[in-house]
Amino acid sequence: MESKLNLNQGLIDSARSAAKNIAENVQQFIDKNTTVTVERTVARLMGVDGVDEIDKPLPNVLVDNIKEGGGLSRGVAFWIGNAMVNTGLTPQEIAEKVSAGEIDITKLPIADEKKIMDAVYETAKMMVERIKNNRAKREDYLNTIGEGQKPYLYVIVATGNIYEDVLQAQAAARQGADVIAVIRTTAQSLLDYVPYGPTTEGFGGTFATQENFRIMRRALDEVGEEIGRYIRLCNYCSGLCMPEIAAMGAMERLDVMLNDALYGILFRDINMQRTLVDQYFSRIINGFAGIIINTGEDNYLTTADAVEEAHTVLASQLINEQFALKAGIPEEQMGLGHAFEMNPTLENGFLYELAQAQMAREIFPKAPLKYMPPTKFMTGNIFRGHLQDAMFNFISIWTHQGIQLLGMPTEAIHTPHLQDRMLSIENAQYIFNNAKNIGDEVEFKKDGMIQKRAQEVLAKAESLLKDIETEGIFDTIEKGKFGGVKRSFTGGKGLAGVVEKDEKYFNPFIDLMLGGVK
Amino acid sequence: MEGIQKVDLTNVKPYGDTLNDGMVQMSFTLPVPYGDEASEAAKQLVSKMGFDEPAVVYSKDLGVGYTYFVMYGKCTHTVDYTTIEVPKVDIEFMDRHQVEDYIKENIKRDVVIVGACTGTDAHTVGIDAIMNMKGFDGNYGLERYNGIEAINLGSQVPNEELIAKAIEFKADAILVSQVVTQKDVHIANLTQLVEMMEAEGLRDKMILVCGGPRISHELAQELGYDAGFGSGSFANHVATFVVKQIVERNLI
Repeated sequence: MESKLNLNQGLIDSARSAAKNIAENVQQFIDKNTTVTVERTVARLMGVDGVDEIDKPLPNVLVDNIKEGGGLSRGVAFWIGNAMVNTGLTPQEIAEKVSAGEIDITKLPIADEKKIMDAVYETAKMMVERIKNNRAKREDYLNTIGEGQKPYLYVIVATGNIYEDVLQAQAAARQGADVIAVIRTTAQSLLDYVPYGPTTEGFGGTFATQENFRIMRRALDEVGEEIGRYIRLCNYCSGLCMPEIAAMGAMERLDVMLNDALYGILFRDINMQRTLVDQYFSRIINGFAGIIINTGEDNYLTTADAVEEAHTVLASQLINEQFALKAGIPEEQMGLGHAFEMNPTLENGFLYELAQAQMAREIFPKAPLKYMPPTKFMTGNIFRGHLQDAMFNFISIWTHQGIQLLGMPTEAIHTPHLQDRMLSIENAQYIFNNAKNIGDEVEFKKDGMIQKRAQEVLAKAESLLKDIETEGIFDTIEKGKFGGVKRSFTGGKGLAGVVEKDEKYFNPFIDLMLGGVK
Repeated sequence: MEGIQKVDLTNVKPYGDTLNDGMVQMSFTLPVPYGDEASEAAKQLVSKMGFDEPAVVYSKDLGVGYTYFVMYGKCTHTVDYTTIEVPKVDIEFMDRHQVEDYIKENIKRDVVIVGACTGTDAHTVGIDAIMNMKGFDGNYGLERYNGIEAINLGSQVPNEELIAKAIEFKADAILVSQVVTQKDVHIANLTQLVEMMEAEGLRDKMILVCGGPRISHELAQELGYDAGFGSGSFANHVATFVVKQIVERNLI
């Protein structure tokens, strides 16, 4: 693609190379550590599910038992494998016995290492096969019933009752939505476990549970077959259980996951060591499962100014890209985030937004960019809000964005009502059709406002990344350079769940999943 | 002007293009399938709401056996505007510089304000707009004020932690932001904070203010807060209220 913005390729390369070094430095830290949720994920992927009598998930029961026995640094897989060899039971049966107090898993005799490895890999491969089949099923759907055109229309459902969500999701699909995101109930990100079963009374959304995933998946397949368009399901792979949610999503064929390397640190005050280790394994799973990840750069602009801090969005996109590559996520699955969040009263603000969106398109040519709607300057004036959303839609079709999170006229008032979603879909469909090829037809004036703005943002991002490369990401975050939020290395939630691996640690799924299907 | 009817403030009704035509536009969804019967149902419903001449100007099938309507109707009711009283934060607001001068002259020390988005609420846009340096829409936040030490604790702060921090920083005022109001979760959360402060014996020693798009001053007072600030409030409004309260309540 020829640059319409006359961007300096040398600067892009320099920025990307700095981001690569930043990610590589952190990767050394990541590779040395594991976390409780990473280990619970391994347990889940080996088939452990369900809850005990006080609704504590069995993966937690099992991992806690290993942690108390001082064995976590070897990895859960080893202990499950050892117990399988010792008892002949399945991982699920072992977890149940641990829960009943009949097995203290780290106290079993240590079996022959080869036998343990064989038991672990045999079990792990079954799950890998299941996830591969899910991926094949998605591809089969896409080849048979097809999909909507990009930008995909992405809407949220957030009733708090998964069954009510199903109704709203099916309505939205019939109206033209391509992606349904089931909003999570507030504060799930801070739970150090994944709740179990269907949610019927959530606040502002439902829990990300495997059962909820299953219920919605079934509903979207049903409506997709009926209308002849595959409907993608999206949830939130963030918080203290990133990799567990990724695993559940892979098992239940989710298609899109919010999954940012830094978001939890900045906006949920989760400890940075914890999040960086967690995001890595979660992304390996998402990559393998063919799930498009969505990163959360849009959030910077809800706390910081969209004009002044535009370069931090680009810098973060480049960092997210490098972390994603480390975890084996191909560019085609990188829904890097950005947002239409400039103050609407700004003179020529539309041109700056256009410059930003086109710049992201050119710097990440293969990524299905996730474009977020105006929220910060939505006022409750639903009529003006509908216009703001129209301007946002116009830029999206113009700059070939990948995933369009539709703005709602009632943003800032309530979670969307049934008709709000219809009005927003109608808004986007009208503009996407009416201005379909504008991006192919219109070029930007050389050295005009749009070109200059994009060049300026790129230059600032490159300079910021160079600084971060020198300081390291941990120091950068401690100084508050992203989204104006400061977090300390040892502060925040979840640090107690980070454990250094010993030299015999192993996680079969990194081996089996990293880098896609082998 | 001659020939134009004068507004009768004791009997006010909506204005479309002629005084007292009562015209109201509305839109809603009914859980019935699209068609003539659906439109008739919508008209009957709007009649029951107290509208004459209900008219469906647009309707659309929402795809799950539900129908969306855009309607007009002539309101038959009136209100007496002359008897209306709304509780408000009834003070003259100062701008940033006036607040700064006021602190210098009357309080003569830094005013400490601790703010947070509490409970399960993760939406910091409101508290950020009031507290952060940048502020919102050209109105600087409290961090920018000389004489105010503003501490923004961010999102999802438990009430216990907010109180603990307020004590630690010797706060003069606590600001609580609540954006998520689904199923009235904010009411329970706001009430709990007041109760906890009362139990700790802190309620009279600190100024307690809440804010958010669905918060009114009236609601705030009902819940035991000193003030509530809704949409369109800026840092200087909150700052004016806090510094004047400090002086009035002799919390200097």
